[in-house]
Amino acid sequence: MAGQIQALRRRVRSTRSTAKITKAQELVATSRIAKAQERVEAARPYAEAITGVLTALASNASIDHPLLVPRPQVRRAGVLLVTSDRGLAGAYNANAIRTAEELIARLKAEGKQVALYVVGRKGVSYYRFRNREITGSWTGFSERPTFDDAREIGQSLIEAFVTGADGDGALGVDELHVVSTQFVSLMTQTPTARILAPMQVEEREAGLLPAYEFEPSAEELLDALLPKYINTRIYAALLDSAASESASRRRAMKSATDNAQEMIRTLTRQMNSARQAAITQEISEIVGGANALAAAGDEV
Amino acid sequence: MARQVHVEVVSVEEMVWSGEADMLIARTTEGELGVLPGHAPQLGQLAEPSQVRIKLPGGGEQRYDVSGGFLSVTENGVTVLAEDCAPATTAPATAH
Repeated sequence: MAGQIQALRRRVRSTRSTAKITKAQELVATSRIAKAQERVEAARPYAEAITGVLTALASNASIDHPLLVPRPQVRRAGVLLVTSDRGLAGAYNANAIRTAEELIARLKAEGKQVALYVVGRKGVSYYRFRNREITGSWTGFSERPTFDDAREIGQSLIEAFVTGADGDGALGVDELHVVSTQFVSLMTQTPTARILAPMQVEEREAGLLPAYEFEPSAEELLDALLPKYINTRIYAALLDSAASESASRRRAMKSATDNAQEMIRTLTRQMNSARQAAITQEISEIVGGANALAAAGDEV
Repeated sequence: MARQVHVEVVSVEEMVWSGEADMLIARTTEGELGVLPGHAPQLGQLAEPSQVRIKLPGGGEQRYDVSGGFLSVTENGVTVLAEDCAPATTAPATAH
């Protein structure tokens, strides 16, 4: 009996410390969401400005830039998958990876080879474990991505894209996709696959576009602007994913904390009733013993 | 009252500065230019590295060191797009 109480007490203690950890994680994630959302907000003016400028440019310049024109034959497609560095984020990584897998399956069905680029330790270890080739990977910044990180990723992606998959040995790609998690709200984050290159510059019907003068020429400007636009898109995807990761972690940690509290409650109850049972038994043993003694005394 | 031009300095990570100014001076790859109110729409790539100067209505001046920058002038104002942008620490070379 006493052993059972001991065991229960130990379990309550360990559950309590687990609850402390998950609670702390929940609080940290909560504060990170707000910060991540601020960063998403702060990055918006640049994204809007560069989109506007690019739209104006694309309608002025002759559109035959390699980043804009779809290739007639696509042999290899690049897929950039954004995952997190740490776990304990619920289904965040599983969902992102599943979406990527669906995309890869679709590309393969279309007869394309797939080059995989992965951001985040969780995605990397998923593919390492399955012995699948990763063309490029970046880790260590999933919760606080900076533009430099995005630029680094963008550089190697654009390089691969510009090389193209014409040569047999070259590791180029003819298409670029990005799979990241969109932050819809605190409760909803949806993993999405989007095409990064060749780019579709959104044709906004914004009435008359300003009749720009270009300095240097429109073609040169397009050359300089398009890679930056891709970097911006990658940066936006990273920021959105970071916000989603925190939101996902917060939700997972909240339910973990709730479960731990629930468990502590049931275990404490079991412990109390076990203790009570032990006391009751002891009393009845004493009473029984005293009665037996009294009965024995009467007989003498 | 002198007319003013609306200026926005935007870096990738945030909006750095926005407000009304008398004039904006920047250097594109083709040469230095000043933007006054009513300037024709223009799109330019800024020289690398370069400094953007904003002449404020009160007579003051704001300076920013910009890299990877673009300049877009529309009828609504001027937008400076920059990959990296920081308030200038050194005075521009006084030669020009």
